[in-house]
Amino acid sequence: MSATEQFRVCPDTGLKVHLPAQALIKANAVAAVIFLAVGGLFGLLVALTRWPAVHLLNAEWFYLVLTGHGANVLLFWIIFFEMAILYFASAILLSSRLAAPRWAWLGFVLMVVGALTANVAVLQGESSVMFTSYVPMKAAPHFYLGLILFAVGALIGCFVFFGTLVVAKEERTYEGSIPLVTFGALTAAIIAVFTIASGAIILVPTLLWSVGIISHIDPLMYKVVWWAMGHSSQQINVSAHVAVWYAIAAIVLGAKPLSEKVSRTAFLLYIGFLQLASAHHLLVEPGISSEWKIFNTSYAMYLAVLGSMIHGMTVPGSIEAAQRQKGFTNGIFQWLRKAPWGNPAFAGMFLSLLMFGFLGGISGVILGTEQLNILMHNTLYVPGHFHGTVVTGTTLAFMAITYLVIPLIFRRELVLPGLARWQPYLFGIGAAGISLFMMGAGTLGVARRHWDITFSDAPLTFEYSAGAFLMLGLNGIAAILATLGGVAYVVVVVGSVLFGKRKDAVAAKPAPAPAAPVAAPVVASYGGAGTMKLPGTITLVSVFFVAFVLYYYVNWKYLAAVWPLR
Amino acid sequence: MAIHPPKALIWWDEPVERTELVWITVAFLWGLVMFGTMIVWHFYGKQNLSNEAYRTTPEAFLARTEAFAEKHKVREDGNSGIPVVRPAPGGDAYLLARLWQWWPILELEKGQNYRLHISSLDWQHGFSLLPASINLQIHPGYEMVLTVTPDVAGEFSVVCNEFCGIGHHTMVGRIYVVDKK
Repeated sequence: MSATEQFRVCPDTGLKVHLPAQALIKANAVAAVIFLAVGGLFGLLVALTRWPAVHLLNAEWFYLVLTGHGANVLLFWIIFFEMAILYFASAILLSSRLAAPRWAWLGFVLMVVGALTANVAVLQGESSVMFTSYVPMKAAPHFYLGLILFAVGALIGCFVFFGTLVVAKEERTYEGSIPLVTFGALTAAIIAVFTIASGAIILVPTLLWSVGIISHIDPLMYKVVWWAMGHSSQQINVSAHVAVWYAIAAIVLGAKPLSEKVSRTAFLLYIGFLQLASAHHLLVEPGISSEWKIFNTSYAMYLAVLGSMIHGMTVPGSIEAAQRQKGFTNGIFQWLRKAPWGNPAFAGMFLSLLMFGFLGGISGVILGTEQLNILMHNTLYVPGHFHGTVVTGTTLAFMAITYLVIPLIFRRELVLPGLARWQPYLFGIGAAGISLFMMGAGTLGVARRHWDITFSDAPLTFEYSAGAFLMLGLNGIAAILATLGGVAYVVVVVGSVLFGKRKDAVAAKPAPAPAAPVAAPVVASYGGAGTMKLPGTITLVSVFFVAFVLYYYVNWKYLAAVWPLR
Repeated sequence: MAIHPPKALIWWDEPVERTELVWITVAFLWGLVMFGTMIVWHFYGKQNLSNEAYRTTPEAFLARTEAFAEKHKVREDGNSGIPVVRPAPGGDAYLLARLWQWWPILELEKGQNYRLHISSLDWQHGFSLLPASINLQIHPGYEMVLTVTPDVAGEFSVVCNEFCGIGHHTMVGRIYVVDKK
């Protein structure tokens, strides 16, 4: 087959689309959505059991389903989707062919087999060890094996991505440097290699231990290395969803980064410092020095937090600049009021940006402060925090870009556009509620991963405050809302992919011109030094900063009231 | 745009806008303040973990805790039969975690210091003192030692907040803090 036959030209963007890359993007996105549906259902069951008035499942099923929920959404949904993003950000955005599509398919198959194996292990009931599988609690060997296969598959995907960058450079499919979105994806892939290496270092011995070849695994060492995978993998998500924010702002609004230098440096900060985050999980462990904790938990003086705070300003800033360029210049916020809130891609992206910062970001810093962790370690505050990052942040951003992937890659129009318009709000508000109410319960001391906070069959009991029960009830309602949003997403996506109106019959047209930038003239003239006035963005980040500082010191005040410890 | 190669070929030489520069500076300084706050708290705050810990074995820790309980036992809890142990003020107190129990029950005097030794005999457990909100991770094989000064009298519970199997939700212990008699 000649090279040109493997490409089509996207009539909407002018990008050259490599057909094998397109097929891989489709496969990974479909797998992602399937695991999201399964894991999301598990999540609903967890929330309904936590709701004391409903208390749906028995203890055995609760812990089984909670383990399955973590694996399916935190790992399988997100990483399958990230593979799609890697192939999109390399082959498609660079108008290049994908390197080694066969290897990419092998990676995909390994990931599917691994994910199914782990799911079988969980559903068999012998592996209810939670997502973290802390030793010496033991799961069935095929639980670890499934995770390892999945990780190997993902690693192959990362190397296909790197290979594609090399191919594109060699074959000169683009000029100058790679686009910012590809740069963000590259950040994610580099962190992914570190993450998967850490995962191999800990999961391979754990697999051998579970079959009896190794006799002992130190539980503290396990946590240090496991979280070098577990937390770093969340930094893959951050890099990927920040790249998605930039991509959506660019595709929907024609937004241009305020400064390539600043945004790229912020990504580099991620590569430099995010891996220290294993320490977040070790702040109240025995025998680790405070010097080690303080340096690592703060990412060496909050340099990775700095990266996120920079993106938190430059992403809305680029949107404001683009909107002002289009004439929405009245007052501080006309640019935001007149933004395309009816477009689910934009609405999901902007909600993701806001909630990742306010819910996930601030709470993460609080949890990761050495002494403040004493207040919240292993309470529901922890899942409250990471539902703020991974659900309202990553998942919502990935959902948002799906609304662009369906027309651009699947070449279908959305079915039920009315439902799609409401989907980001339903899911976003539900997920924000899950995050907030779990953090509320955690602040009141409620333990995470706990089947019965009434302690009905315990010899000694404890009564949580009425507020804690209220929080868990509200959490259940928020989870129902988020589930409706999740179902709406799956219905729109599956419906569109299967039954959406086909967008074009011109796919096979031979490549006419090289990729032309979309709507480039509209945004060509701003962004230079001295031309930028962004009062709206300045207001947004100021509100964020004040909230951050106040909430940070409120928690120190809480801590000061606790029993003296030394 | 973010999905195209940067317009300027040499993007790393671009001047940075003032708005961005100000925000980066503010965010960086805030990071330094938060970093400094943790350090300052070690000198002026009252809630810091000692990070003192020793390697131990479940057998050794069980033996020491049982000896401690026998020596300082004052009564038994009516329902559970767990001994209530009142260590000497300023002295050592032992608490062990096992499936699915915190053992023994401690009775401490308000305002006194205790060197609290905690370890697990089996899996990992989470020490969550309620309603005081002190949360610690308890590992098997590691003995954690910290000096606590209960400053409020009352009945406190120790809820396990690290998942430890099917009976996890029944794992509740007790610490009484009493006024000096």
